[in-house]
Amino acid sequence: MSVTSMGDRNVHDGVVDVTVIGAGAVGCAIARHLARYDLSVTVVEQSNDVGNGTSKANTAILHTGFDCVPGTLESSLVRRGYDLLGSYAALAGIAVERTGGLLVAWDDEQLDALAALQEKAEMNGYAETRLLSAQQVREREANLGEGVRGGLDVPGESIICPWSTTLAFAKEAASGGVTFLFNSTVTGVAFGDANSVVTTTSGDVRTRWVINAAGLSSSDVDGLCDHHDFTVVPRRGELIVFDKLARGLIRSIILPVPTSRTKGVLVAPTVYGNLLLGPTAEDVDDPFDTATTENGLARLVDAGRRILPKLLNEEVTATYAGLRAATEFQDYQIRPHPEERYVCVGGIRSTGLTASMAIAEHVVELVIGAGVALTERNVVAVVPAMPPLGESQRRRYDDVEAIAIRNDYGEIVCHCERVSRGEIVDACTGEFAAPDVGGLRRRTRAMNGRCQGFYCAAEVVALLNELTTGPPSSSSVKAP
Amino acid sequence: MTTTPSRSVDVVVVGSGPAGLSAAIELRRLGVERVIVVERERSGGGVPRHCHHTGFGLRDLHRLMSGPRYAEELVRRAEAAGAELRVGTTVTDLRSNGLIQLSSRNGVATIEARAVVLATGARERPRSARLVPGDRGAGVFTTGQLQQWTYLKHLPVGSRALVVGAEHVSFSAMMTLRHAGVRTVALTTELPRHQSAAVFAAATRFLYRVPILTSTRVVSVNGRGRVSDVTLEHASSGRRWTESVDTVVFTGDWIPESELARRAGLDIDEGTLGPSSDRFGGTSSPSLYAAGNLLHPVETADVAALRGRDVARRVARDVKSGAALSNLERVSLVVEAPLRWVWPNRMSSPRDVDGLFIRVGRFDVRRTLHAHQDGELIGTARTPRLVPNRSLGVSRDVLANANPRGGTIRLSLSV
Repeated sequence: MSVTSMGDRNVHDGVVDVTVIGAGAVGCAIARHLARYDLSVTVVEQSNDVGNGTSKANTAILHTGFDCVPGTLESSLVRRGYDLLGSYAALAGIAVERTGGLLVAWDDEQLDALAALQEKAEMNGYAETRLLSAQQVREREANLGEGVRGGLDVPGESIICPWSTTLAFAKEAASGGVTFLFNSTVTGVAFGDANSVVTTTSGDVRTRWVINAAGLSSSDVDGLCDHHDFTVVPRRGELIVFDKLARGLIRSIILPVPTSRTKGVLVAPTVYGNLLLGPTAEDVDDPFDTATTENGLARLVDAGRRILPKLLNEEVTATYAGLRAATEFQDYQIRPHPEERYVCVGGIRSTGLTASMAIAEHVVELVIGAGVALTERNVVAVVPAMPPLGESQRRRYDDVEAIAIRNDYGEIVCHCERVSRGEIVDACTGEFAAPDVGGLRRRTRAMNGRCQGFYCAAEVVALLNELTTGPPSSSSVKAP
Repeated sequence: MTTTPSRSVDVVVVGSGPAGLSAAIELRRLGVERVIVVERERSGGGVPRHCHHTGFGLRDLHRLMSGPRYAEELVRRAEAAGAELRVGTTVTDLRSNGLIQLSSRNGVATIEARAVVLATGARERPRSARLVPGDRGAGVFTTGQLQQWTYLKHLPVGSRALVVGAEHVSFSAMMTLRHAGVRTVALTTELPRHQSAAVFAAATRFLYRVPILTSTRVVSVNGRGRVSDVTLEHASSGRRWTESVDTVVFTGDWIPESELARRAGLDIDEGTLGPSSDRFGGTSSPSLYAAGNLLHPVETADVAALRGRDVARRVARDVKSGAALSNLERVSLVVEAPLRWVWPNRMSSPRDVDGLFIRVGRFDVRRTLHAHQDGELIGTARTPRLVPNRSLGVSRDVLANANPRGGTIRLSLSV
């Protein structure tokens, strides 16, 4: 069994070739990429699940990178990552919808900024943008509020399922022999001539190489490595998820035009069939402070009313806040330290999901560049077939053949999101089984819907408890 | 959805709560042959299945019983009447022509019905939809979730709870918490008084010693892994304080479970947020009917049951005659603040109306309800004492002079 949880010491006996700190989208993508080589790889993660930090609460957009800062590493990695992840998603059954994006200008300043944005897109290697008149914007998006002045069409912008993405990377990595250590917070890193030691709350890992993909904690981990090249200031973004009955109000992602005064908020469809409004942007001190606020939600509601007035007639399904690993720099902080066999992969901001596979490629190139000869393995990792969570996919409840084989795919348990009993069983068993209610939500969508558990929470949580082996732990007997 | 139905029936009732089952029983009693009740849960009966208090069955079955007992009794009667109850089956798509797609352990099926009765009920507005900010710690419930959690699944709840709301269901939530061994710290309402029966409020305050905090708003729910406390604010003074609790129950504030109605393209009433309909559940689509708390969120179970019977009579008549009326041929009823909604909100003839349900947004003494149509005052009626969140009945007399071919009827209250 390649997925190891806290307490299993076998893995600690030897020296692993690479230790990846952090099991978010980036850490899992790196682990997945390393799995193709003849290496022993361990991922250490402070929480109990993959994708449990920045990777779980974002706007879930597959970015073209049209608005990156040209010439940055971020710009090139987002552009490459867009293609890599787009292809991988098709292979692994991760939901993607090619909705396109539309920047909408609401005043003169924004209208004037569009041409520069188009130029910037071209500098970022994205040549498909098109300036639209107010009339053309209206024809495409009839429900926008009053005062549209013009727009910029970005046809490549897409939406993706962020939860399945990270989980797919992790599953593929595990199938290639990568070990995952959960509930393991890194407390120290000691570089040695031959081996280094990564000290965690669940024991030491002796390793040749260390890769820091710790997201919000990446500058802290960098500090443990005696490097102080950047500081992560968690940037909190609050978001409101609107009812699926609002989905028909827009076709594309409605993007704001950033100006000197504000970055603005977007309205985006999700692959689950909802509309997302946000994010706010507020720097916070605490890397775990994902609280929503009165002001934040009120500002979003105001913005939503201006952008898409009918949106406010629909019910709110959920509110949440995500934290982005912003730094004092305009670019990712990916720095190799070959003398210590350490690569820092820090300051990966909101574009990190899109760029994740390109970041992984880049990191492996840096390791090879440090003189490490990597040989490809004979045994290849298996691209997992992820359960269809997207509305553009054939969901299990609607899949005649799937139900014929497993009739519990036909019994819907979470009604708002149409999640079947079979999908919950799948998510609660096997490798990377949901460790708690949050993990189950991310694997199935159960309880994410408009009733927020009025109908299904008791049934779903009881089922989770029943399927979770061993006595119910405090974390598995949670209300959502 | 596939357009070739595997089966054709007379009536499909969606939802097996009191309204749906009562409609099915009545349809069978009136000789409608093939009646299917589709229930997405594993057992029939709807919300009463998890309401472990008495008070059910009074007006429809002329007996008093507990919720689960009442649910069982209605299921028994529906089956005895020859209605086919399909549990664990979800309607995933519905077209205005009566084509229905179902998913269940048996697979995916399309059936064709001459008439469909939507009886999908209502749910409580959850914390998120009320935009209550803060952390996302565990321990946040609605009453419906809490009751199933406690009575059906026997899951642990917590130790100290705040109940948000002071309407009928809020007191029910408090009793469920007591049963679960949870101490209720307080009930809160943004309104200046509770909205339930005096006897419930008195028992809460004096027997159970739980304060009812009026004019009090929930500012935020705090606590990361688990709820740790709630920040409250007093309306007039603006004073803020926190109550340490590990459980918060958001009660009441009912909204219709209207997804199927919306997807089928039915006209939606701006007040109730359910399909606009006349007394007999006729909607904007000739072959689709609606019954129960989907239309009027919410009346008691027995009222929903009686209304379900009313709807069944009309459905039986239309199915037999092959004729049905669509909402387009009916007069609309709309309300002005502080009225929140009225039901029925469509009317084909004043004779069809047997009384109006209204909801209001503020407390007041008894007032006069005015009905205007085409600029003329067409009738008045006295209201009961005005209490928000409570079912208020008004006499049909207010509509006696309504013109079935006239314009929209506007209801307002005397100042």
